[in-house]
Amino acid sequence: MEQFIFYPLSLVCIVFAIGVIVNTSPISSAISLIGMMLGLAGLFVLLNAHLMAILQVLVYAGAIMVLFMFVIMLLNLKGDDEDWKSRGKNILLASLSGVFVITLLIKIIGDGFDSAVGKPAALSETFGTTAAVGELLFTDFVLPFEVASILLLVAMIGAVVLAKTKLN
Amino acid sequence: MVPLSHYLIVSSILFFIGVLGVLLRRNVIVVFMSVEIMLNAVNLSLIGFDRYLNQHDGQVFSFMVMAVAAAEVSVGLAIIISIFRKKPTINLDEFNLMKW
Amino acid sequence: MLSLTWLVPTFPLVGSIINGFWGLKIGKDNVGKVACGSVILSFITTLLILIGLIGLPAESRIYEQVMFDWIVAGDFAVQWAYQVDPLSMVMMLVITGVGSLIHIFSIGYMKEEYSYYRYFAYLNLFMFAMLILVMGSNFLLMFIGWEGVGCCSYFLIGYYFDKQSACDAATKAFIVNRVGDFAFLLAVMFIFYIFGTIDYTEVFAAAPHKLIYDGEIAIIITGFLFLGATGKSAQIPLYTWLPDAMEGPTPVSALIHAATMVTAGVYLVVRCNILFMMAPMTMMTVAFVGGGTALFAATIGMTQWDIKRVLAYSTVSQIGYMFLGCGVGAFTAAIFHLITHAFFKACLFLGSGSVIHGMHHEQDIRKMGGLKKHFPKTYFTFLVSTLAIAGIFPLSGFFSKDEILFHSLMDGNIFLWGMGITGALLTAFYMFRLVFITFHGESRVDPHVHPHESPDVMTKPLMILATLAAFGGLLGIPLVHGWHVLHNWLEPVLHIDWELIVANSTRMMEEHGHAAHLSHLLHHEEHHDAGVEVALMFLSVGVAITGIIGAYLCYIKYPKLPETLTDGQWGYEIVKNKYMVDEIYDETIVKPVVKGSRLLWKEADAKAIDGSVNGVAQIIGWCSKQAKQFQSGYVRNYALSMIIGFTILLLITF
Repeated sequence: MEQFIFYPLSLVCIVFAIGVIVNTSPISSAISLIGMMLGLAGLFVLLNAHLMAILQVLVYAGAIMVLFMFVIMLLNLKGDDEDWKSRGKNILLASLSGVFVITLLIKIIGDGFDSAVGKPAALSETFGTTAAVGELLFTDFVLPFEVASILLLVAMIGAVVLAKTKLN
Repeated sequence: MVPLSHYLIVSSILFFIGVLGVLLRRNVIVVFMSVEIMLNAVNLSLIGFDRYLNQHDGQVFSFMVMAVAAAEVSVGLAIIISIFRKKPTINLDEFNLMKW
Repeated sequence: MLSLTWLVPTFPLVGSIINGFWGLKIGKDNVGKVACGSVILSFITTLLILIGLIGLPAESRIYEQVMFDWIVAGDFAVQWAYQVDPLSMVMMLVITGVGSLIHIFSIGYMKEEYSYYRYFAYLNLFMFAMLILVMGSNFLLMFIGWEGVGCCSYFLIGYYFDKQSACDAATKAFIVNRVGDFAFLLAVMFIFYIFGTIDYTEVFAAAPHKLIYDGEIAIIITGFLFLGATGKSAQIPLYTWLPDAMEGPTPVSALIHAATMVTAGVYLVVRCNILFMMAPMTMMTVAFVGGGTALFAATIGMTQWDIKRVLAYSTVSQIGYMFLGCGVGAFTAAIFHLITHAFFKACLFLGSGSVIHGMHHEQDIRKMGGLKKHFPKTYFTFLVSTLAIAGIFPLSGFFSKDEILFHSLMDGNIFLWGMGITGALLTAFYMFRLVFITFHGESRVDPHVHPHESPDVMTKPLMILATLAAFGGLLGIPLVHGWHVLHNWLEPVLHIDWELIVANSTRMMEEHGHAAHLSHLLHHEEHHDAGVEVALMFLSVGVAITGIIGAYLCYIKYPKLPETLTDGQWGYEIVKNKYMVDEIYDETIVKPVVKGSRLLWKEADAKAIDGSVNGVAQIIGWCSKQAKQFQSGYVRNYALSMIIGFTILLLITF
């Protein structure tokens, strides 16, 4: 049953990801990216990570991509990179990396990975719920949590300072 | 039953699509979005492992990744805006003042 | 009394320091007083030490005063110690005595000089170095004094440093000395290698045990020592610096190049007499070099027209006599001649200084003549000293020269004696030639020059030296047994235990498989051929008088005779140009060395060494240039590098 959801959903993600890098117009790329993120949220739900799925939609698709859209529209960026496909070096690079990926994947699969971690472990009722993750966040991982908040503060200040217009 | 390796394969395919995007595209925004693809791929693999090992550590890590990604995007886009003021181009190849 | 030894070199050193640093401030009079006072104090202290030494019994007249342990490095230990024994006592007396007279003379001679204090500072420093040379108790301390006198000689010859010829002469003296010093140093190192020590008493006591009579080691050590001595004492082949050294002020010539520094070589040979006596081949070389130099320099002296040059060649010649004496084993005679030579040569040089000073620094004797009436006192002392150097009885020069000639015939061979007696003839000739041309005859003086006698401060030392030159012969009365004061005095230092040498050398040679034929050495006896000695005395006086008559004929009776004899003679031209020795040295040694040095500088140093060092820097620059291509400024290139590195890591770990 699970495979019927997994394979189509992952195909969707991959197609949208390819769409991000192939599109000439930045807006189209952004929308493809949103699609990919929604697909990924679905995959997260499939993996019983409900909190992360919601956060994916809220933070990534909702906030970060909106920021991207704002900047694209602010700078009025047009696609001026149309001919990137035709450059010889690019094709060479793409094919080489494709080959590399395939060999790597074969190595991973062929290593008998499945026998090591084959059966998924039995899950508790509260796996992946907000309460479970939140409890971990506030006890074992409270230090990274606090540091992350400072990081966000610093990033906010940095963004404000960098993007400010000079007052001359 | 979908084996873990399939999730990992999907994650690595997405990761390398992101790498290709960074290397091949000259548009700054698209390069950024490729970086986002990479981060998302990592998130997927972390959460996949979590599911199969019945732990929550990967989800916490993934949470942090998201926070960092948010910070990075905001600062990065602010930098692009300020560069854009000097030189109204988004062609990455033209930002070469740091040449030797 | 004997513990005052350390004061003797210290007084001149202190005087030198005071004059050197505060000379300009304390004024000319005080500079003179400090300088002369320090040397006179040294002389008085030396006399006191003499009294103390006489108080000791004859066999144990050695006193060593250790100042401090200087070098202690593993096996090599050197102390800064002074050794007072009969030989060093004689040298100290000559140095401080004649030195103080010359210092007093200099007060008058250098009166108009601006750098008065510099002169006296260097002169005192020279006294210090010379005293260290003769008072040192080991070879290294002697070497310090050796180098020190060479250095002070450089300073003093180049005193008039605004004259190019003076600077060149000073450099030449120092460099020629250096060649000799190198040989000396090799000898000292070899001595340390063989004996394990460089202290005099230890080396000389161990010499019969460690060295084989006439063996290679003894010959090598003594050969190098003698080569060093020829450098300092201006013998063939290293004498060329002495005539040029006359560029310095005349009292300097008197002190350094007549009485003291040039006798350092003779002192060295006499000090190491046991080493030399064990190497008869070197002794033969010493005798022939000494005799040859005596003859050679005398021939040059006959042709020179500069008053100081004549005296310089005369010095070279007389020191040749001293080495002739050493070479045949007559060490006492050599020291005797050293003493008398110090007296009369210093008197001659100071006399010529008085003349030069009175003639306002005119030195060419062709521009002098008939100065007898202008310089009465100088003339008288000059005449006395010239009679002494010619060897006329009963002046001092007669006794010392005659003793050398006697021993060269008895202990040497007829050739050595022949060289000596011919040299004596020529000495009498050219010295009286000098006297006659300068003081007798018609005046050829430049009308602008008004010659006048020198002040008392200059003539009193002349008188004292002339007296010493006249009566110095009393130190060595021959023929009467026991009346040779100097011989009895130096006996402990020159005593050689022939039985020990023969026994050890025979044993060592038989160990090496050679047969030894050394028994003839045991019959080393004093000669008492009184008849031969008296006959030789008459012969020497006759030869000297012949020389004087010859000079009289040439320069008083028939003044045109020299020109007719020498006109157009190619031999005369060669001798006058000092046998072109300087030019030969220049072509064969100096020019190749300079060329070689220039080659090394331009090629080896500038191109090879600088090139390689700069090359290293340039290689680094080239590498950086290649490496900086990585900094292209393109973000995507950086990203590519990251990806490549990351994949490499992956491949390695998987």
